[in-house]
Amino acid sequence: MRMPPKYTQLAAQLVMGLATLATLAILVFIILFVLEKGLPVVGLKFLLSNPQDMGKAGGIFPVVVGTILLTLVAIAIATPLGVGTAIYLTEYTRESRITRVIRFGADCLAGIPSIIFGLFGFIFFVTILQMGWSILSGGLTLAFMILPTIIRTSEEAIKSVPDSFREVSFSLGATRWETVQKVVLPSALPGIVTGVMLGVGRSIGETAAVIFTAGSSLRMPTSLMDSARTMSVHFYILAREGISTENAYGTAAILVITILLINLTAYGLMNRFVAKNN
Amino acid sequence: MKFLGEKGVRRVLAGIAFSAISALLLIALFIIKEGLPFIISYGPIKFLLSSDWQPQAGKFGIWPMIVASVWVTLGAMLVGAPLGVACAVFLTEFVPRRVMGVIKPTIELLAGIPSVVYGFMGVMVLAPLIRSQLGGPGLSVLAGAVILGVMILPTIISISIDSIQSVPNSYREGSLALGATHWQTTYMVTVPAAKSGIIAAIILGMGRAIGETMAVIMVAGNAVKIPISALDSVRTLTANIALEMGYATGQHRQALFATGVVLLVIIMILNSLAGMSIRKKAGKR
Repeated sequence: MRMPPKYTQLAAQLVMGLATLATLAILVFIILFVLEKGLPVVGLKFLLSNPQDMGKAGGIFPVVVGTILLTLVAIAIATPLGVGTAIYLTEYTRESRITRVIRFGADCLAGIPSIIFGLFGFIFFVTILQMGWSILSGGLTLAFMILPTIIRTSEEAIKSVPDSFREVSFSLGATRWETVQKVVLPSALPGIVTGVMLGVGRSIGETAAVIFTAGSSLRMPTSLMDSARTMSVHFYILAREGISTENAYGTAAILVITILLINLTAYGLMNRFVAKNN
Repeated sequence: MKFLGEKGVRRVLAGIAFSAISALLLIALFIIKEGLPFIISYGPIKFLLSSDWQPQAGKFGIWPMIVASVWVTLGAMLVGAPLGVACAVFLTEFVPRRVMGVIKPTIELLAGIPSVVYGFMGVMVLAPLIRSQLGGPGLSVLAGAVILGVMILPTIISISIDSIQSVPNSYREGSLALGATHWQTTYMVTVPAAKSGIIAAIILGMGRAIGETMAVIMVAGNAVKIPISALDSVRTLTANIALEMGYATGQHRQALFATGVVLLVIIMILNSLAGMSIRKKAGKR
């Protein structure tokens, strides 16, 4: 029997509406579950005290420091490369075979699984370049991983700077690089910062690529050549080896809050930036 | 960078622009250099199709891991693809723009939740549920598929929405003018017009699912055997690498890099399929 079109539409809307609700419900559930179990553990003391007994008791201070250092290294390397690539693609070339090759490279790099980055970092940075399990090895590996994100977002940001800005600058006798430096980059800055922050979020959440390059030492790192454990790795080890479910939830809560805040700020910046340019 | 001069700046930027593609080549080169000689010396057929994985005994067959990866990924697609596409269609066609403007970023925001957290949820919530309701060890193909299916939702939804939105409004108007209902327009005109983008979204989601490591290690159980039912514990290709990399040496380590080569090849194939699908769309319009 054929249903009248009006009813099929209602049925379809109902099914799709439920699918949407289910998706949102699952994702919200995950966050609330982690926060509910984790927040009671979290406090300044948890953040700022040293772990005891492999993380069974005490806080996660060295882990927080390790995460920050590793992320800073990754960002410090990936940002100039990513933004430079974006400037070259948008300001210095026309669409050609070369730009297609560059974009293809970035796209492919974005699709590579993190465990492959981990394998590569382990053989290249840790073993061949003899950096050992260190913040530097981990940071370099992460830099490779977040490079595509930064390229993509910066490119979008630079493209959305109106051409009239550039024309005015050129008409005043500025060279291309002066124009890029003094006109294009400042206007595109919020968009570029968005890309960098998304990269920070990815670095903090990454586990597979970090555990084989930065190691998992719980000691407070004193130099970039020291092994360090990031929050994600710490959480993974606590949870998987059943060391402390309580502290695992606490670490997870901090991890989720940090990443959500970073991503939220990134999207907020992006929205304001887009609104301003339109 | 004044000392460089205009030409110098251009040259430096051109050099930097090749960083991504160089990184890609470097990664491919080193994974292949470490893994391929092993595949050749061990015998590609024995490596890929033998079910015997006993590193201590010098036996390296990854067939169970290949089967496991395929099952878990297909399962994830079964969960993620219909849910994600339905969600994307609903949000673009049946919900006011402003509501979607809130929901889409929310979903993308959730893409930032680390995979270890998804894995942990699987261990704490999903696996006990499966164990008590359906039996088996709980940590299984099913648990892995569901968790991965949820993890790839943001990817599928976000790319599908972009491709459905890019269908020109005149298509919809033409169909509505012929007397079709909103839903008839959606499934007979809009979705078919956005098909290649949606397919690309699904393929990219698939790539994410097959490459995911930490969540799968935590929920799939990691037993090296060919699964007979969805409730069996399995070990995927990615899990195999991550679990044994910490202590592997010599031939064993080479075998893990060889597993990486297999993974890399699968991912490259999936990415080029997605790319082809997107280009087909671009060529049509």
